[in-house]
Amino acid sequence: MDVLLLALIKSLFVLFVVVTTFAYAMLFERKIMAWMQLRPGPNRVGPWGLMQPAADAAKMLFKEDLTPNTADPLIYKLAPWISLATAMGVFAVIPFSESGGTLWGVGDVNAGILFIFALTSIGVYGISLAGWSSGSKFPLLGSVRATAQMISYELSMTMSVVGVLILAGTTSLAGIVHAQNSLWFVLPQFVGFAIYLTTAVAETNRAPFDLVEAETELVGGFHTEYSGLRFGLFFIAEYLNMIAVACVGTLLFFGGWNPLFGLTFIPGIIWFVLKAGAFIFMYIWLRTTLPRLRYDRLMNFGWKFLLPVATLNLMVTAAIVAVEH
Amino acid sequence: MRTFVAGVIALLQGFLTTFSFFFKKKPTIAYPTIKKQHAPRFHGLHELRRYEDGKERCIGCELCAIACPANAITVIGAENAPDDRRSPGERYAARYEIDELRCIFCGLCEEACPTDAIVLTPRFEMSDYRRGSFVYAKDRLLVPPEAGVGRPPDERPNGIPADLGSVIEQKSTVDIETGYDATWRGGILKTDRKGLAG
Repeated sequence: MDVLLLALIKSLFVLFVVVTTFAYAMLFERKIMAWMQLRPGPNRVGPWGLMQPAADAAKMLFKEDLTPNTADPLIYKLAPWISLATAMGVFAVIPFSESGGTLWGVGDVNAGILFIFALTSIGVYGISLAGWSSGSKFPLLGSVRATAQMISYELSMTMSVVGVLILAGTTSLAGIVHAQNSLWFVLPQFVGFAIYLTTAVAETNRAPFDLVEAETELVGGFHTEYSGLRFGLFFIAEYLNMIAVACVGTLLFFGGWNPLFGLTFIPGIIWFVLKAGAFIFMYIWLRTTLPRLRYDRLMNFGWKFLLPVATLNLMVTAAIVAVEH
Repeated sequence: MRTFVAGVIALLQGFLTTFSFFFKKKPTIAYPTIKKQHAPRFHGLHELRRYEDGKERCIGCELCAIACPANAITVIGAENAPDDRRSPGERYAARYEIDELRCIFCGLCEEACPTDAIVLTPRFEMSDYRRGSFVYAKDRLLVPPEAGVGRPPDERPNGIPADLGSVIEQKSTVDIETGYDATWRGGILKTDRKGLAG
């Protein structure tokens, strides 16, 4: 019972932190995008626009929650929750730091990375079902794209991560971080890292791979028909996915909470936040820089370039590790 | 392979461009709180001037209404009563209305006026909620007696001010020397809507 209670408290705390992070990640993104586009960004609500997330949340809450007549009501209402639940579930296994042998996180699953990939795969259902159940053509097109894109990119993503798993010899996220005490995997697994970075963008449906919600082509993609709170849930899920991908990337390739330059007096959690923040900055930077890809090129790139390279990378890594032993 | 390398280089160039923009100075002016100085002869909202003794300059001759290419001006003149002279001449404008939605702010009324009564001020913030509110009658066009006589365009600070194009605070626009008071008519605009719509 105590264990359950402890897990509950931990989960609530992590959720609170993560949702707050989401709110400010959104502001962070809008600010950075604005600065890169020579705009000042949101600056009306509170000093430097710091209360903007609260204003946005209030706005979302008061919007009418519409369900189209043609929609399948049950699935239509369920879909955002699938997206959100899977996005939040990922944070259950992410260790944020470590002190005295105790991990800072809700749970320490020994197959953490597999759990994460399993959850993100389920996350596709949220988007697919949302588009399917909306009973409208643009959401349907969006969800068809989502299904194809996420399935094909998830393949390369998993492949790119397997290289790290071979090097670390474990699927536990904490174990992977410990294996990087001396050398971060971004160096030996540079190709894997590049593939992870690319596929992660596609996986989280962000520009330049945001064909799922391409405004110029599909109005809003899978969430065209959603409004108010339900749209907000998709929004939260999308950002949580981005944060999750940043956290996982930090754990797998940048040594998690391991300090840089031996600066051990700075706590691990700060290192983790800094690294994940850099990751998120990278995504925002990417979004401002590159235009959206054409859909067929996206698929070509995924299947004909990323997948072979990921496979090659995996084989070479495996061969080198086998020779060394 | 060569195209691949070229592609990667182009990609990095793109990233560098956006990153360099990150640190550039933003040209945005936070408009409602910070305002830009206009040229002294900016053509904005009209104003009917007075003489030093408080009499109206307008003599109701309707030349401005004739000159107006947009037919935005309506003038109905009337004889001055001997015991209550509104203007030094024989006649004065009993009604003087300008539809600011029709007005193209060309300044021809200003040029046509024989007594320099109608002038265009640099005030430009005229937003309102009803169309009728844009028909400005004398109550809003005439300089209030306590506000002086109104400046003719030629007597506004000469030339282009040194700070043209630079950003000034709203507070400093109150200073007569540097330009104009952008909010001077604010109170009147909000309280006395006495245009055609009433």
